[in-house]
Amino acid sequence: MTAMEMVEKAQLTERPRMKAGDTVRVHVRVKEGDKERIQVFEGVVIGMRRGGNRATFTVRKVSFSQGVERIFPLHSPTISKVEVLRSAKVRRAKLYFLRDLKGKAARMKEVKKTS
Amino acid sequence: MVTGIIGKKVGMTQLFLEDGTLEPATVIQAGPCIVVQSKSGATDGYEAVQLGLVESKPIRNANKALTGHHQKANVPPTRVQREVKVAKGAETPKPGDQVLVSIFNQGERVDVIGTSKGHGFQGVVKRHHFRGGDASHGSMFHRAPGSIGASSYPSRVMPGMRAHGHMGVDRVTVRNLKVLKIDSENHLLLVKGAIPGANGGYVVIRKAVAAKPEPQPQLQEKPKKGKK
Repeated sequence: MTAMEMVEKAQLTERPRMKAGDTVRVHVRVKEGDKERIQVFEGVVIGMRRGGNRATFTVRKVSFSQGVERIFPLHSPTISKVEVLRSAKVRRAKLYFLRDLKGKAARMKEVKKTS
Repeated sequence: MVTGIIGKKVGMTQLFLEDGTLEPATVIQAGPCIVVQSKSGATDGYEAVQLGLVESKPIRNANKALTGHHQKANVPPTRVQREVKVAKGAETPKPGDQVLVSIFNQGERVDVIGTSKGHGFQGVVKRHHFRGGDASHGSMFHRAPGSIGASSYPSRVMPGMRAHGHMGVDRVTVRNLKVLKIDSENHLLLVKGAIPGANGGYVVIRKAVAAKPEPQPQLQEKPKKGKK
């Protein structure tokens, strides 16, 4: 194992398999003063950036008819849990076209898991 | 106790702290080093040790001069030798002693000395951050240095005038880098931020000569101005 792998492997955390088109619920630890609570961000994964412990994923949701996107570091200790709720049939890795669509047009065909 | 060690830059990555903040980190393969020669005030006029970096691939074609120099200390020849200072009042290590990355502690400040990346022959815009002229609108002055001094007096160019020329491959010291992590088992050192040179370059890591104190969070808020 190279020195770089040794450093990065130690940082990796267990995360569910995700891909673009999945609807996920991200549980984020939020610190307010000396109190800590969990905040949930639910939306569609519109892209993933790989690269060991530098991997990130982008989640998009529409909140009060306002599009919100959040980029999470995949292995960040502030993320306590990621739940994959649904998967959709998509034909590309980055779903940036969803930014221009809204309402009915932004729906995606669901893929039922076979397991 | 020596104050430094030789290392090899592995590359950059990032490191999560416990509270979730992400720090840029450079991985350095630091050591193991062996003392090749110890210099004392009596014989050399100053206290220091010459270290040699022990690498996984031993040097194959060491010449007689290098082999002889290392034979005096009864150590195998090494590719890289660097001199580091000995802490004041501390005992000077003997030739053959090992120096490991464990001389540093997590959170400590270090200076990293290396050779910067070579950029070749460069103009003044890249080399000295001159602004250059307009690209268009009929401008005929793009990346030239402009005036380099007055005419009849002094009738020469002042020494030290910034000009085009060879850039990079200089000795560069980056001071006060924070040690993020130490892996003494694998001889790895992680410092915060960037260090000079390309990956695979040799650097010297020494204890910070002018260590800055840790920034302390302000405890009390400033009282609000004005009437209540």
